[in-house]
Amino acid sequence: MATPLTERLKADGTAVSIGEYEASGGYRGLEKARAMSGHEVLDLVKASGLRGRGGAGFPTGMKWSFVPAKDDGGPRYFVVNADEKEPGTMKDRILLEGDPHQIVEGIAIASRAIGAEHAFIYIRGEYLASAAALERAIAEATERGLVGRPEEGRGPEIEIHLSSGRYLCGEETGLLNALEGKRPNPRNKPPFPQVSGLWGRPTVVNNVETVANLPHILREGPEWFKALSPGSDAGTKLYGVSGWVAKPGVWEMPMGATVREILEGKAGGMAEGRVLRGFLPGGASTDFLGPDKLDLRMDFDSVGKAGSRLGTGTMVVLDDKTCPVGMVLSLERFFSRESCGWCTPCREGLPWIVRILEALEEGRGEEGDLERLEDLSRKLAPGRTFCALAPGAVEPLQSALKLFREDFEAHLRRKGCPWK
Amino acid sequence: MARVSFTIDGRSVEAEEGENLLKAARENGVDIPGLCWMEKLTPSSSCRMCIVKIEGQRGLAAACATAAQEGMAVTAFDEELEDYRRTTLELILSEHNYDCGVCSKNGECELQALAFRYDLGVDQPKRITVPAIWKKTPMPVDRSSPVLTYDATRCIRCGRCIASCDEIQGKQVIDFIHRGARSFVSPSMSMWSNSSCDGCGECVQACPTAGLTEKPLVERFRSFEVERRVRTTCVYCGVGCQLDLWIKGGRIVRVRGADVEPNRGRLCVKGRFGYQFVDHAERLTVPLVRKDGELVEAEWDEALDLVARKLGDIKAKSGSSALAGLASAKCTNEENYLFQKFVRAVLGTNSVDHCARLCHAPTVAGLGKAFGSGAMTNSIPELADADCILVTGCNVTETHPVTSTYIKNAVRKGATLIVIDPRRIDLVPKAGLWLRQKPGSDVAWINGMINVMIEENLVDREFIAGRTENFEALKDLVASYTPRRVEQISGIPEEKLREAARLYAKSERSAIVYAMGITQHVTGTDNVLSLANLAMAAGQIGRPSTGVNPLRGQNNVQGACDMGALPDVYPGYQRVDRSEAAEKFRAAWGVESLSPEPGLTVNEIMQGALSGTVKGLYVMGENPMLSDPNLQHVEEALKAVDFLVVQDLFLSETARLADVVLPAVSFAEKEGSFTNSDRSVLRVRAAVPAPGKARTDWEIVAELSTRMGYPMKYESASEIMDEAAALTPIYGGISHARLDRETLHWPCPAPDHPGTLFLHGTKFSRGKGAFHPVDWIPPAELPDEEYPFVLSTGRMLFHYHTATMTRRSEPLNRFAPGAYAEIDPEDLAELGGADGSTLKVTSRRGSIEIPARASPRVARGTIFIPFHYAEAPANMLTNDALDPVSKIPEFKVAACAIEVLK
Repeated sequence: MATPLTERLKADGTAVSIGEYEASGGYRGLEKARAMSGHEVLDLVKASGLRGRGGAGFPTGMKWSFVPAKDDGGPRYFVVNADEKEPGTMKDRILLEGDPHQIVEGIAIASRAIGAEHAFIYIRGEYLASAAALERAIAEATERGLVGRPEEGRGPEIEIHLSSGRYLCGEETGLLNALEGKRPNPRNKPPFPQVSGLWGRPTVVNNVETVANLPHILREGPEWFKALSPGSDAGTKLYGVSGWVAKPGVWEMPMGATVREILEGKAGGMAEGRVLRGFLPGGASTDFLGPDKLDLRMDFDSVGKAGSRLGTGTMVVLDDKTCPVGMVLSLERFFSRESCGWCTPCREGLPWIVRILEALEEGRGEEGDLERLEDLSRKLAPGRTFCALAPGAVEPLQSALKLFREDFEAHLRRKGCPWK
Repeated sequence: MARVSFTIDGRSVEAEEGENLLKAARENGVDIPGLCWMEKLTPSSSCRMCIVKIEGQRGLAAACATAAQEGMAVTAFDEELEDYRRTTLELILSEHNYDCGVCSKNGECELQALAFRYDLGVDQPKRITVPAIWKKTPMPVDRSSPVLTYDATRCIRCGRCIASCDEIQGKQVIDFIHRGARSFVSPSMSMWSNSSCDGCGECVQACPTAGLTEKPLVERFRSFEVERRVRTTCVYCGVGCQLDLWIKGGRIVRVRGADVEPNRGRLCVKGRFGYQFVDHAERLTVPLVRKDGELVEAEWDEALDLVARKLGDIKAKSGSSALAGLASAKCTNEENYLFQKFVRAVLGTNSVDHCARLCHAPTVAGLGKAFGSGAMTNSIPELADADCILVTGCNVTETHPVTSTYIKNAVRKGATLIVIDPRRIDLVPKAGLWLRQKPGSDVAWINGMINVMIEENLVDREFIAGRTENFEALKDLVASYTPRRVEQISGIPEEKLREAARLYAKSERSAIVYAMGITQHVTGTDNVLSLANLAMAAGQIGRPSTGVNPLRGQNNVQGACDMGALPDVYPGYQRVDRSEAAEKFRAAWGVESLSPEPGLTVNEIMQGALSGTVKGLYVMGENPMLSDPNLQHVEEALKAVDFLVVQDLFLSETARLADVVLPAVSFAEKEGSFTNSDRSVLRVRAAVPAPGKARTDWEIVAELSTRMGYPMKYESASEIMDEAAALTPIYGGISHARLDRETLHWPCPAPDHPGTLFLHGTKFSRGKGAFHPVDWIPPAELPDEEYPFVLSTGRMLFHYHTATMTRRSEPLNRFAPGAYAEIDPEDLAELGGADGSTLKVTSRRGSIEIPARASPRVARGTIFIPFHYAEAPANMLTNDALDPVSKIPEFKVAACAIEVLK
């Protein structure tokens, strides 16, 4: 089973050096890309079927293709979204800390495709080890003349920006505002960043894992990439599991591995004495799925059809000794706190949800509370709020209300949390 | 723009293609609710009240962020949308302290109106079900600003204030802080009093609720208690902002910017909050007559008879030339017209002048010579569309705050700003290029720019050939002003001068903006002529958003000049020494003769008073005791005249020396018109009753004239304007009736003429534009060993002219309570002082004590003192050396010595 993204990672956790990286085929993808036109690189990535690994699963090549083809002489930017803050998600960190050259090479390839001479890595403020590894890798690659010399066609210049921000800085346009030194409120779309992004210039923002795939796609070709997975979604995927399982962790597997293969094959099944009640397949802002979905393929389309989203591909597991209402409350508190406060439904709707859930947990629930939660879930759904934060926030809630209805009702009936 | 048709709720509607859907819907009578949208601001689509459905589009769309398109099918109202809106409104109300009964915005609150529309209350049957989230708002109320209160519990986070501050005013003082439901609006440095907020109040005007409210300056009120709202013109600077005065119980309780030209709703702190002087306790309410050395109250008859007799006696004994009058740039056009008529027709002299002499006399002279018209060539809002703006000698953010907003708007749209100023003014951070010239070197750098333009072939040959004359002479003269030589004179680095010349010449639309940093020099007229040369050489004149734009200082300094309150011209700049003009006025005024001799200027009047040739002086609303240079000399002069009459609102420094003081009324108490800096003639309307027995200036002048044997009978100010318009070709088409309907920029020669937005479009007023080659000469007084510093004087944002009005408006005093001298921190340290030390500043003419303000705004070796403060009058120090042409004193350069006292 091929694991191109993680196969170089060292057991001691130290970063792969430039020598080690090059010795194992590193920077050959970039070499190939430099022999091609930007448009050819774009077409190749399009042909590979690579979809964004940040959560939405948007086809990467298509995302790039919205950058205006005509060069108006002004700057274009490529930005890596390394602001990994989704609760339960820790996949990008492994790549950043362990194999930073893979990211640097990926950045150079993407920049080539869109004609960017300047790239930014917007990285979560707590990821100091990742930033240090990247800094070193950029310095090494710059010294070798692999990147950092856009005037010689060996770009881009890469700058690391350590975020001092919050969850919302990971939202594409919020991130761009933060990079500009502004409050990270999301922007109105359209215009999309590919047309008017950083400082109003064409900009592409890609997730770390997405970028990590590029060197391999360039080096080995799109057909090889497609063949990595058994299903319709190409490549491999970093899957993670957290919660009461035997061995929480992150593993690279073919895209479309089943929940069972991940949960039982890699995470060692549930922890001693715990029974699976449900799971969030792709981080905190996805809908709960039940134990009946163990054979679901974890790719974008399959999870979507099952009523949730692949998201970041990192599962959060709910067991039978944990209160689902309490778990949802914990998540909603997070989202409520992390709302930027820009639009009304998110700013005030999430705190209202939190208050109702708190009341349920503390035995102050009232008749009609569950219906109100359902109503709010509908009103904070996609297309109703300014950005995707609130719609993501209500996904675990609306699905929990269905899957664990009896638990919510028990909170009302018994005037408190049965688990306490 | 093409019209498109589409449907809203099945009804066919029309709009401009791409027009904001919310606006289009409302214009078509579909009242989609919304709280965060304002037409002037980038839509934030944050409140989510205006969401609609658009056929074929997933989800709901915010109408305010949707462009109208042909054939779209919009659903604005259905059960689902209204249910969503009701919940959203509930959520907004949950963050809002719903206590309308004691709220000052009760009755005008947009949220209250929507709550009423959706029938949502706290305890009513259709009650809000969302908990009161506002109770957990951190730091709920900030009362620290002198002018406004921010109440986070009444704020609905719509962001209109933030966008207004940023996009309209270009100040970026406020933003949201914190996240989610804990977010609220905060100024920089967390507290309004610590922030860079200058109190313009744009945010307050934009607030839909009582999140941001004006502090009650006169008394608390609610909108439904307001009896009248009176549209009028601001009394402060020359921008001419249109105001709505809100009147309750005969007093102004609020000022709002009117959404018309030239200010489009914008105001500054003075315009919005500087109105307390109007009903200040110190207003003069009865005439005062000096008896036994004391000013005592008198009846109008007694006072006017006395004035008439005294002036008549002087005229009889010493002749008309012993009399002089100072008109006022603060009074209306009608009053200035009448005043100069009185001086010319009754007193029999042309010795009428006013403080334009101290600000833009060189503009009137210089632009008159070069273009044929001594006024701003283009209109103020046009600046927003310029590609390059050269601001020189003009701290525009403080002196003409609303004009500066248009400059900042242009920069926001991508224009290049070039600042050429010895001080690091507030615009500098927004400038692409800042050149710091040595005071008094302006002719040199301007010639240098033209030199570069000729060398680099950047001049507009076609324009020069077709529209101007005398270019060859200019070319010869500027040949010696090489960038290297200019650097030696001005201190401006060669390369920066070249860059400025290229930017200015190459941009599509370049505008020059200047003020007193250019004019208040012994070379004031030369400086103005040089700027005119520059604009013509580059062909940057006669088109929209270009031109040479002097920013006039006082509200009606343009109008006072237009109305002939100048010693050499009748109204409309018709020369007194031209017989046909004199004959026209003589005939119209029905007098035997008019003096063909140009009269005395302000400074010459003072000289005349000192030497005994001027014996009687009538001052209408001016305060030379603070405004004129070399004050000691002014005081001696005013004391030397036999008879001094002062007509004013307050017992000013000048009025205290008078023999008779006549109480006049303020702008808010009379009818008339002001002419602003961009030649718009703007109506002034009476909003409140005059205090006590105070009378309008024109009534006083008319009364006096009648008592001196020349009856003046006018029913209204409008009638005076009709007379003035008939005699003043550039005002020929102007009447109060028209001004009540439209904005008119002169020249407006006929009743059907639409006015002139920008001048010199196809030909210059004088025919061809004339280049006037001028050589640089150094300032009259240069620093030396004894007086090593260069003193510049000027204005600041919070006070106006001699501060008789602003210092009687509490909030302005709170912003700027006392005098100060800006001095470079290192210079100050070398003198042994620190920020706040008391300095003794001495020039050859006098000495003042003043606190030091360590400031990087001024260059080393220079010091800046605002001239507003009577307790530390900068004009004790200034030099009364004059520009030989325009007779303006050199306020901007005086040598001085500085000593640290403590």
